[in-house]
Amino acid sequence: MFDLKELYQEIIVDHNRAPRNFREMEDADLKAEGFNPLCGDKLVVYLKLDKDVIADVSFQGEGCAISVASASLMTDQLKGRTEQEAEKIFETFHELVTDRDSEIDLEKVGKLGALAGVREFPARVKCATLCWHTLNSALDDQDKNTHATISTE
Amino acid sequence: MSGVTNLVPSDVVDKWRKDFPILRQKINGKDLVYLDNAATTQKPNTVIDTISRYYTEINSNIHRGVHTLSQLATDEYELTREKVRQFINAKSLSEVVFTRGTTEAINLVVNAWGGAELKPGDEVIISEMEHHSNIVPWQMICEKTGAILNVIPMNDDGDLLIDEYKKLVNEKTKMVAVVHVSNALGTVNPIEEIIEIAHAHNAKVLIDGAQAVAHLAVDVQKLDCDFYVFSGHKLYGPTGIGMLYGKESVLEKMPPYQGGGDMIRMVTFEKTEYNDLPYKFEAGTPNIADTIALSAAIDYVLAIGFDAIHAHETALLDYATESLKVIPGFRVIGTAKEKASVLSFMIKGIHPHDLGTILDTEGIATRTGHHCAMPVMTHFNVPATARASFALYNTKAEIDVLKAGLLKTMEVMGV
Ligand SMILES: Cc1ncc(COP(=O)(O)O)c(C=O)c1O
Repeated sequence: MFDLKELYQEIIVDHNRAPRNFREMEDADLKAEGFNPLCGDKLVVYLKLDKDVIADVSFQGEGCAISVASASLMTDQLKGRTEQEAEKIFETFHELVTDRDSEIDLEKVGKLGALAGVREFPARVKCATLCWHTLNSALDDQDKNTHATISTE
Repeated sequence: MSGVTNLVPSDVVDKWRKDFPILRQKINGKDLVYLDNAATTQKPNTVIDTISRYYTEINSNIHRGVHTLSQLATDEYELTREKVRQFINAKSLSEVVFTRGTTEAINLVVNAWGGAELKPGDEVIISEMEHHSNIVPWQMICEKTGAILNVIPMNDDGDLLIDEYKKLVNEKTKMVAVVHVSNALGTVNPIEEIIEIAHAHNAKVLIDGAQAVAHLAVDVQKLDCDFYVFSGHKLYGPTGIGMLYGKESVLEKMPPYQGGGDMIRMVTFEKTEYNDLPYKFEAGTPNIADTIALSAAIDYVLAIGFDAIHAHETALLDYATESLKVIPGFRVIGTAKEKASVLSFMIKGIHPHDLGTILDTEGIATRTGHHCAMPVMTHFNVPATARASFALYNTKAEIDVLKAGLLKTMEVMGV
């Protein structure tokens, strides 16, 4: 039996009510839009890069508590990381929220561990990963120099 | 409470509940409170047993064998057609075409009727509160034929603006396709008036009855609509079976939708002669088992009767609307003058998706999202709503559970 408090931990409720880095970035180097048509979640992720280091990252949009808190926690985690590190973190995070048998050490993932409860709610995985997919598409698109809209449906 | 007389006693409702075995399920350790009836209703024993009996006793293909089983299956299949005919009061059996559901019935009309009749510059009218299944097929055929799609707007209560509709309709209007009862808002549209106005301009009318047939009696002759469509699964019947009603004179002029077996009378490589109505529109082996089970669903509903269903469901909707509105930040989406069985709502500070998840842990099944009616969400400027939709087996006690669940959600979410 899962526990609701596992999913809606205090940290998630808090980041939903007061999301960090929740702002438009006018001078962003990269930007991508994410959309989850099933629940109407929409967000934009903004990035500023210093070579391959993420100098600044922010987001804006609307969504459920899981998607807003996830985006907020993501931006918190990524500042100062390289693109490669960001990719690694996403891989770990993806396993964390999808794989029930995951043996990831929660200590090692920091605050992102708060979203581990999502794995018991398969219908909500897309909410937790929307921001990460959006981030990826922003990074992927820097070569193509286009603004992408991605959809998790 | 609005003037509901003849309240259905709770022991009668309890008796109805016993007809639905799934209602005894525990979900997440809690009694199931099923409030997602606009998505699909649960099925009574008689429907479930009919499917099982069909496969146990008479399974065979229809309209083609001389053997006993084929005859039995054909008879039951055609008896269902007669049952549906009576249910909607169609004039003849030729007017009752079985489809996979509402969506397929609309696509049949759009392609067969629209494909033949719509010309560049012709106009089709739908409404702002349509389900995607009554928007997208029309968009597709308009694109293909060069016809123009116009939309009847609604106000912030979720009532269609009939005066605006009167301005839209003109001699170029060939089709008016409107929902009878809105799945997202619960609005019961004044379709008699809508049909009359369309006919005054020689336009045809399609009514999407997907959300109507479980709640109110439909008489297609009295309505005088050209097409009426519904799905069995929203009427306590199985999935995969629905119906298109079309006036015989209109169906006769339409080309077939799909080609194949059953829809032909004679085939040579030079020429094919199509079968009579309604078979012209029923190509291939149909969903025999579920069609026959639809018969059991209609029997079930008619045995209870729409007077009792209406009285009970109106009482539920009124009770829910009244008792939930004391919740801080509670907002009803859809406050039309006439409503049926749907309560779409928001709670300030909580995304509907979180609501749906938390209610589910309490065993409460609601729908959250855009309800396949994204333009409705756009109108109300919300990404999604939560929706409780009621059926004959729901109770006031379940609404109390819903209310407690909503209060718990607010606690969890810290609002
Ligand atoms: C108003 C309305 N129209 C059409 C449909 C489509 O019905 P189906 O999916 O059974 O084809 C629905 C079902 O969600 C509906 O509520």
